[in-house]
Amino acid sequence: MTDHHDPDLLLGRLLGPSEPEVACETCFEELDRYVDLELAGRNADAEVPGLRAHLDGCPACHEEYESLKQFAGGGA
Amino acid sequence: MRDVSTASLQVEPMLEPHPDQHGPLQPPPPQPELDPVSRAWVASLRPAAPGHDEAVARLRALLLRAARFEAGRRRDALRFLRPSELDDIAEEAASDALLAVLAHLDDFRGLSRFTTWAYKFALLEAAVKLRRRAWQDREMPVEAAAWDVLAARTDDPSVAVERSDLLRAVQAAIEEQLTPHQRRVLLALAVQGVPIDVLAERLSTTRGALYKTLHDARRKLRRELAAAGYDLDVGEEVS
Repeated sequence: MTDHHDPDLLLGRLLGPSEPEVACETCFEELDRYVDLELAGRNADAEVPGLRAHLDGCPACHEEYESLKQFAGGGA
Repeated sequence: MRDVSTASLQVEPMLEPHPDQHGPLQPPPPQPELDPVSRAWVASLRPAAPGHDEAVARLRALLLRAARFEAGRRRDALRFLRPSELDDIAEEAASDALLAVLAHLDDFRGLSRFTTWAYKFALLEAAVKLRRRAWQDREMPVEAAAWDVLAARTDDPSVAVERSDLLRAVQAAIEEQLTPHQRRVLLALAVQGVPIDVLAERLSTTRGALYKTLHDARRKLRRELAAAGYDLDVGEEVS
């Protein structure tokens, strides 16, 4: 359940990211590239624009990003 | 293929071009040559390739490890499941992911390692199944409860005045500017914490379509509030 106690978090969830963002489908298509760029220490946000904003706005895609980054990065 | 979650992501592109930014609309980068390990994976997974069956078995083992990793991350939310039930879900996710990877082999562009590309299918399949399992016996929260949450935050004396004002304006805009469907989706996802895959299943739609609805609702709210002069510089990480 959503944390209701932080008004900024609640407002962030209601209003979403201000920047242009990709859709869930594009996020899934690009997620492996984005994660490997990050793991290689490169500027993933510059190379895959719109994905970070989507991750900020979509909790489900963000969870999958966190999992992929940790698993592919050998943290499993 | 049963319940292939990747299909639930399908939706028309939702991006509206930003006048100052062309980023998300850039063409994809040129396709690089595959690294040797990825090339070996792709070659060995072709149907008639030598060692095909062994490669498929190795891939499934990797996908199962990824699915079990995802199950482990969500174990606390699924304490009511026996370990064997959790593992059954991981096994099912690995099998579905294997089918998805093999079906999409030609889509692998070599922009990441092959294993990273393949893992994302297993993690998605497992995450969707586990979110749905966690909510399987739960009713959808009623909309009135979301309004109670918003009212409680707005009236909370510990919340700064400008935040209370903004929350009040957001509530008014939700009531007055959004369609009933946009309102229902926004409140369920953003206030009540219903996972998007769960809501998609209950509403017989896709995750992609629901996120498009959420995105449109948010943009409508932002436009309305900005026009009314509100400062919308709020914490944007919503996960």
